Amino acid sequence: MGPEVDTPGTSAPPSAARSAPEPQRGPAPSVLRSLLRTREASVLGALAVSVLAASFMVEGFATGRNAGFLVLDVAAIALIALPMTLVVITGEIDLSVASTLGLTSAVMGQLWVLGLPLETIVPLCVLFGALLGALNGVLVTVAGLPSLAVTIGTMAMYRGLAYAVLGDRAVADFPFTWTGGATSRLPGTDIPWIAVLILVLAALFGLLLHATPIGRSLYAIGNNDEATRFSGISVRWTKLWLFVASGTVAAGAGVFWTLQYGSARADNAYGLELSVVAAVLLGGVSIFGGRGALPGVLAGVLLLGTIRNALMLADVSSDVLDIVTGLLLVVSVVLPTTLARVRERRPRPAPPS
Amino acid sequence: MRKRIRYGVTAAALAGVMLAASACGGTTRGDGDGSGSGSGGSEAEADPNAEIPEGLKISFLPKQLNNPYFTVADSGGKEAVEELGGEFKEVGPSEANASSQVSYINTLSQQGSDVIVTAANDPNAVCGALNQARQAGSVVVTFDSDASPECRDLFISQASAEGIATIQVEMIAEQIGGEGEIAFLSATPNATNQNAWLKLMEEELKKDEYSGIEVVDTVYGNDDDQKSFNEMQGLLQTHPDLAGVISPTTVGLAAAARYLGSSDYKGEVALTGLGTPNQMREYVKDGTVEEFALWKPSDLGYLAAYAGASQSAGRITGEKGQTFKAGRLGEYEIGADGEIVLGPPTVFNKDNIDDFDF
Repeated sequence: MGPEVDTPGTSAPPSAARSAPEPQRGPAPSVLRSLLRTREASVLGALAVSVLAASFMVEGFATGRNAGFLVLDVAAIALIALPMTLVVITGEIDLSVASTLGLTSAVMGQLWVLGLPLETIVPLCVLFGALLGALNGVLVTVAGLPSLAVTIGTMAMYRGLAYAVLGDRAVADFPFTWTGGATSRLPGTDIPWIAVLILVLAALFGLLLHATPIGRSLYAIGNNDEATRFSGISVRWTKLWLFVASGTVAAGAGVFWTLQYGSARADNAYGLELSVVAAVLLGGVSIFGGRGALPGVLAGVLLLGTIRNALMLADVSSDVLDIVTGLLLVVSVVLPTTLARVRERRPRPAPPS
Repeated sequence: MRKRIRYGVTAAALAGVMLAASACGGTTRGDGDGSGSGSGGSEAEADPNAEIPEGLKISFLPKQLNNPYFTVADSGGKEAVEELGGEFKEVGPSEANASSQVSYINTLSQQGSDVIVTAANDPNAVCGALNQARQAGSVVVTFDSDASPECRDLFISQASAEGIATIQVEMIAEQIGGEGEIAFLSATPNATNQNAWLKLMEEELKKDEYSGIEVVDTVYGNDDDQKSFNEMQGLLQTHPDLAGVISPTTVGLAAAARYLGSSDYKGEVALTGLGTPNQMREYVKDGTVEEFALWKPSDLGYLAAYAGASQSAGRITGEKGQTFKAGRLGEYEIGADGEIVLGPPTVFNKDNIDDFDF
């Protein structure tokens, strides 16, 4: 794919040093510095600009109440985007996440109808999600199939299973203490508690990705998984666990979604995988693997959410909304590659500091 | 590495099992913790003479945008809002799913809409957001598809279920000459309104005047054009003596008419039900379908806007028995649970179908 193809045979290709975080070299401070110079910085910048612009130009945007709505709108996407970032960095993808969410929701509704207590249902559902993720992982690693094909298959299969479990019924008689609790705000603020959970999980995944050897191996796998395997890292196990994590978090998001909307349905979160992948790519993660960072992805999620929220408040119709979001994505993918190509062609007088 | 992972799996599994076991006796279904919070809605007295203020913000949130049915319904709403001197707005998701409406409700509430008129994609998923909007001061009116009654102030019902059932039975009886085998082509097996209508129609058919009519089958087209088409085909093949078919769903009726119009059964088997004039025009004109019924969606939106404005102004409070004037439609009375019925459905046939465009 153009000039961004990484040199095979090394786990730290030289071309990555220009625009991606370079976790293989040096201690934490340099990681931080390289983070700031990258696409993550531009996404964070875009987020800051759009929040400021919306606050001044859109009536009703800059209120705590609206911020609460915004967080709830993007909560499921933010949760699922965390493990998705890791998956995409290894050069794989998990398109079955929204179907996993839907199937979990359907199973949750069915178990509730069968009379199980919610305290049992919730852990069972999360465990179930781990199994669904493990199936993806096994198909990718043991059977050696491309994850795009595998998860398109399981995307259809899990959604189908969801309908098999619940049909087109909706289970909606969850107790109010749980459904109201899902969207309740932190005491004294307008911020829903789920924001805290998202931040904690983001910190965990962020540490794993940016501060541990496992995290470094993920970049290595994304750049060249054969070379990584020869260097003694179990590529298969790593990928398998990533898919398990992805399924688990998607199931957790399914539980949250069901309680948030107070309605267990098989068609819950239909098409959400595209929003998740969009946010991850917008956040600066390369779809070919090997580069990207978690803060950028969080900024990507918030940027998409902010733009939608602000445009909706400004009475922009939903069709235009979709066009704007799509355009933003295309630009975010095209712009960096074009810039890189331009930079490559131009003779450089001196290396940038 | 592998060993550690294996320990990890065992630990995770153990933790799961322990969590599950320790949780016995937790929150189960039927614990009696009510699933809704009937908040919002002022308890103030109704003042029938209250002035409806100028510039009321009345916003329509249909199931989805670009759906012809809701476009017409909302145009009726617009007409009413203009008569009232208010500000009309129509917003909505591009796909009809349950959760997408929630962010639109939040947005409308944030914008300070006085009245939110909506058709719920899922009666429960929108509940929390609607109640928040009501707490923030909006009046919530549902039309076409109700939300849970504790989450809205008023519901404008297109027609009473009895009215819909009676008129379809009357039409089919007339078209087949009062006797013969008939069948139903419904939407999905779980659709609440469809099932209610089917049941009422069967009860209606038990009356003496319909003793010659026998229901031989009920099939489901899932509101999918192709499936409905195939089900209609199947019906006619399995029941050679079939005299008529009732399809109380617009998708089903149009698909059934398409099959019937191109088959040998055209003119032999009567077909009626609920449909829109635009979808049915060609089949009424070529004689495949004699007449069918539907409420006028524009009147539905018109009435919803008037009801919402009246409630917002304090003319009504949603109590049973209160009455209010709804412009050209005249006076309406609120029924149980804040429900207002638009009136009997309109029958469309060769003579009047060209007067309607929806």
